[in-house]
Formats: sequence, C-alpha cells, structure tokens
Amino acid sequence: MTTALEVKVDVGGGEATLRMTGDVDREAGAALDRAYSEAAAAGAASLTLDFTAVPYINSTGIALIVGLLGRARGAGVPVTARGLTEHYREIFEITRLSDFMTIEAGAPAPEGSRR
Amino acid sequence: MSSVAHSLRRIVTRGRTAPAVAASVAEPGRAPAPASAAMPVDIAPNDPIIPYFQSAAGAVDIEALELDSPALAAMRAAGVKLVVPLVTQGELIGLLNLGPRLSDQDYSGDDRRLLESLAAQAAPAVRVGQLVREQEAEIRSRERLEQELAVARLIQQNFLPRSLPEAAGWSVAADYRPAREVGGDFYDFIDLPDGRLGIVVGDVTDKGVPAALVMAATRSVLRASAQRLVEPGAVLERVNEHLVPDIPPNMFVTCLYGVLELDTGRLVFANAGHNLPMVAAGGAVTELMARGMPLGLMTGMAYEETEAVLDPGAHLLLYSDGVTEAHDADREMFGGGRLSAVMAEGGTRRGDDLLRTLIAALGAFCAPGAEQEDDITLVAIRRESGSAAVLAEVSVASEPGNEREAIRQLEPALMGAGLSAGRLERMKTAVAEAVMNAMEHGNGFRPELPVDVRLVRDGDALRVEVTDRGSARPMPDAPEPDIEAKLAGEQTPRGWGLFLIRNMVDELDVSGDDEHHTTRLVMRLEGGRDDDRA
Repeated sequence: MTTALEVKVDVGGGEATLRMTGDVDREAGAALDRAYSEAAAAGAASLTLDFTAVPYINSTGIALIVGLLGRARGAGVPVTARGLTEHYREIFEITRLSDFMTIEAGAPAPEGSRR
Repeated sequence: MSSVAHSLRRIVTRGRTAPAVAASVAEPGRAPAPASAAMPVDIAPNDPIIPYFQSAAGAVDIEALELDSPALAAMRAAGVKLVVPLVTQGELIGLLNLGPRLSDQDYSGDDRRLLESLAAQAAPAVRVGQLVREQEAEIRSRERLEQELAVARLIQQNFLPRSLPEAAGWSVAADYRPAREVGGDFYDFIDLPDGRLGIVVGDVTDKGVPAALVMAATRSVLRASAQRLVEPGAVLERVNEHLVPDIPPNMFVTCLYGVLELDTGRLVFANAGHNLPMVAAGGAVTELMARGMPLGLMTGMAYEETEAVLDPGAHLLLYSDGVTEAHDADREMFGGGRLSAVMAEGGTRRGDDLLRTLIAALGAFCAPGAEQEDDITLVAIRRESGSAAVLAEVSVASEPGNEREAIRQLEPALMGAGLSAGRLERMKTAVAEAVMNAMEHGNGFRPELPVDVRLVRDGDALRVEVTDRGSARPMPDAPEPDIEAKLAGEQTPRGWGLFLIRNMVDELDVSGDDEHHTTRLVMRLEGGRDDDRA
C-alpha cells in the first residue's frame, strides 16, 4: 500500500533537483541515497528537494531528510525544499529543518485533505 | 549501664593455678558451660557489682568485698575467690573468675600482677571477637528483615486487582505505591449483580507481614460478604464481626466500601474510619461524609450509609492517608486542602490523568529524595460526559507501512468529526506516528500482533486511542530531538515520532498494563473554526 519512492535527478547549471514521487518513509532510504550520490557525483553546488509529488512524510522520512541534509551541509551544498504542503511545511518548522534549508512557498494541500 | 550489660559475655577460662569459674549476664537459651568449668554465675544488668568491677583497679578479692549484690553472693557460693575484670576502653566486657589456689595459699602479689597483665591483653582481643559476632548477628537480622519485607510486598501485590473494571461510560484508574516498609494499604473492585460495582479502599494499621496478612483476610471476607449482602453498611458490619476475634492486638483496619450503580451513577457507601471520598463535579469539590469505627476494634458496630449521585462528568476519588499525610521538607503535611485543590483543577480529566497529576503534585511537595513514608493508594472513578461516542474502530497487523492503512480506514470518520483542515492533517500525522510506535516498539513488528485504533468523540474533544500488545516493557523514552546534534552526527537522525505527536495534538498520554500500551491523542474540537497556524 505504500508507494515506494522514485527519485529523478535533474542536474543543470551546477544545480541538482531531486524530483520525488511517492512516500518519504522507511522504504525511501535507498532511493534517496542513490539520488544524493548521483547529484554529488555530478558536482552539484546546490540541491533542491522537490516534494510536489510526495503525499506522505513520516518520522522515519524526516530522519532520512535530516541524514541527507547533514551530508549536504558537510559538503557545503545548500539545500532547498520545494512543493511542501502547508502541513509538512509546519512539520519542517516544528522540527527546525527549516532553519537549515530554504523552504520555497508551497503547493496546495493534496486532494482529499481539505473539506 | 545497659551498654555494659550488653557487652558482658560469658567468659569461660581456666586460671593458672585453679579451675576458673565463668561469669555471665543472664542470657536465656544459651548452652550451659562445658563441664570442665565450674557453674557460670549470672549477673543481672542492674547488679551494683557491675559498676564496681568496671571501676576496679585490678584483681578483686571476692571474700573481702562488701556489697549488697546477688551476683556477689552467687560467686561466693560458686567458690570464686578472685575476680579480674576485663576492661577495655573504659568498658567492662567480661570477668576472669578464679577459685582457690590448688595449694590453698592466698594469691600472691606476683599472681595478681600476672593475672592483671593477662587481663589487659585479653580484654581488647575478646572485645574484637564480641564486635565481630555482634556485626554478624546484625547482618543476619537485616537480611531477615529484607526477606520479610519481600514477603509482605508479595502478599500485598497478590491481593491487589490485576486489572481495572471496564464499564461503558466510566473510566476507572488506580495507583498503589508501597512504601519501602510496606504498609497495609489495599483496594479492590467487586463485580456485583445488576450492573453494580463494589469499590473498596482500606488501610491496615501496622506494617510488614502481619499487616499484609490482615489485609488479605479483610479483602476475602469483604468479597464474600459483598456477594451476600446488599447494603454497604451491613457488609462492613459483617466484616467487622469476622475480624474482631482474630485480629492481632493493636491492629485495626480502616476501610471504605461503596456500591456504584453503573447506569444511574448512584453511589451508596459506608465508612469504617477511612479517609472520606472526594467528588469533583461542576467545578466544585465536595467531601462525602459517612461515620463508622475502624474494623477489628470491637463487635456490635454499626456503619452509617451515605448516598450520592455521580452525574456525567463527575469524578470520584478514594485515597489512603499516605497521600494526605505525606510531609514536605518542613514536616508540613500534604493535607486534604492540597488534594482537593488538585482535584478541582484535574477533576475534569480522565481518571489516570488525574492520578498522574496527583502523584506529580505529591512528588513536587515532598522533600526531594525523601523516602516515601507510607503506602499511597489512589482510586479515581469518572463518569464520562454523556456525549462520548465511538466513531470508528480499526485494527491493523504490525507490518511496516501499515500506519497508512490505519489512516486510510480511519479517514472517513476523522473527516466527519468536525476538525479544521489543518488540524485534521495534524491528527493524521499524530495517529500515523502513534501506530508506527505501537507496531515497532510495542509489538516488535510481529505481524500476528494487531494494533487497535479507536476514534472517540468525548464532549468537545476528539480522542484517538492506539493500543498495542506490548508486555510490561515500557515504551522507550526518546530524548528530545536536537536538530543541530542530528545534523552534526552526534545524535541519531531518528527519534522524531513522539516529538511529532506531542506537537500535533492538544494532549498526549501513554498508559499501559501487563499486556497493552495505550497511547491517547486528544484534540479539542474548535467548533469548525479554521485555526490553522501555518
């Protein structure tokens, strides 16, 4: 029932964008690792995580993002999050992830969560 | 004097020139001296000869001594001629008693000097031996005491209810904390016919095994009587008649027994000298009064009955004096006033929540690090507000990812519950995290163990209860996540679950028994107002 995360890496002009499709949960670790390595190998100087097609992030997913952010900061690569719903923007604020990455103005909440 | 008597021990020895006679203070149950020695002489602790020997400056000629002392007479009768006191550090610890010289001559000055020098060397050595023996005895008695405490604890815990009664529309909570010396507190719930529940809280005076045994007897008689008699007053009368002939002297039992009609909230109770129950209802706290003598004191006692009705939302608290008589650092007692104040504030919450608040208030009141003086027993019974309704019940197997299945099944009921869009999202995240914790930490991802989720609307709040089959193992208490430490690799990147839940809902509490953990998430309904923070 979980949709395994797929990550497409777009590199251009020294910037890498990780376009994620699916859930960021415990199954997402390998895909995120691979994508990060690909971006790093391409010599990206900055990284954008695109959550537009991510309907669900749980605490394990937060841990994966923290891990990825830690590696990027170690390499001096700034990270931006794009396409977060209002709810997950709030969670990025509560966890203070937003203090260590740029949060771009988000997309509307996914279908079904608004009454 | 008592220290002298305490350190005096029988010394059996043989003189250089004559058979010695042993002296000892009265010590019942000791084996007689070996046949090779003469009859031992017992010296009473208050015999004037003891201070005399203690201050004597060497060997004492018994025949020349003039003293009104029974021991002196006994020594003479036993043929003692010369006594050399064994004194070390100003303390008389024994006597070297000598009979007549074999040559029938008197003891010479040389004899006396030799004996005195012998005594001066022997006394400290004998004292060391005595101290070692005393210490060994003390260790043995301490071990016996510890063992007795363990037995008392075992008896007591064996007779406390293993589970709490579950009744629709009621929440029942109990907390029992034994003091190290285990007092005689107890509580009990008795299932009665016609939808009634018997409630017992009691306290046996005295501590340890005797108190635990009386507690067990009281509980059994009370259980039996409660099945046969309807009126609580009559039940206590019956228990009292049973206890009086058998209870050890100086021991009695305070006990409160109530019968609660679950469908009407009508409570009838009688009281045998126990702390009075408190009721919090409509913002006020009242003490319910009923008079009666403690159980086990004398026969023919009557017990007044009092009736009260617990309306929806009312909260009944029963407790033992270990609560109100807990002291702070200045020896001031916690008292009924403080208890009632906590009740007034926490009375509207669930029973287990109230008890936690009470225990925390007690802990904050008592001197830090102080040992708990007496058993503490608390029983809280709350009649739920009338509008509590189960909106959905969902069960999922403990397999990774199944938290989403739980959310999917719960979502229709959640969406119809009247939460604003933002709060709905928060509730979903909180429930997902709670289910993940339950599957992983409670059930160890064993697929055959289900996680049950219940969505309840209780008055103006929405409550989700997530229950796993975790045994007595406590849920891991993760440290507050620190993003800086996590990014620097000094803290695991994980550990966000409880933190997220806490930040998503209005109230979070985790409780458990021997077979389950239950996480309760509460979110107040704000009348459909959209109060999204983001």
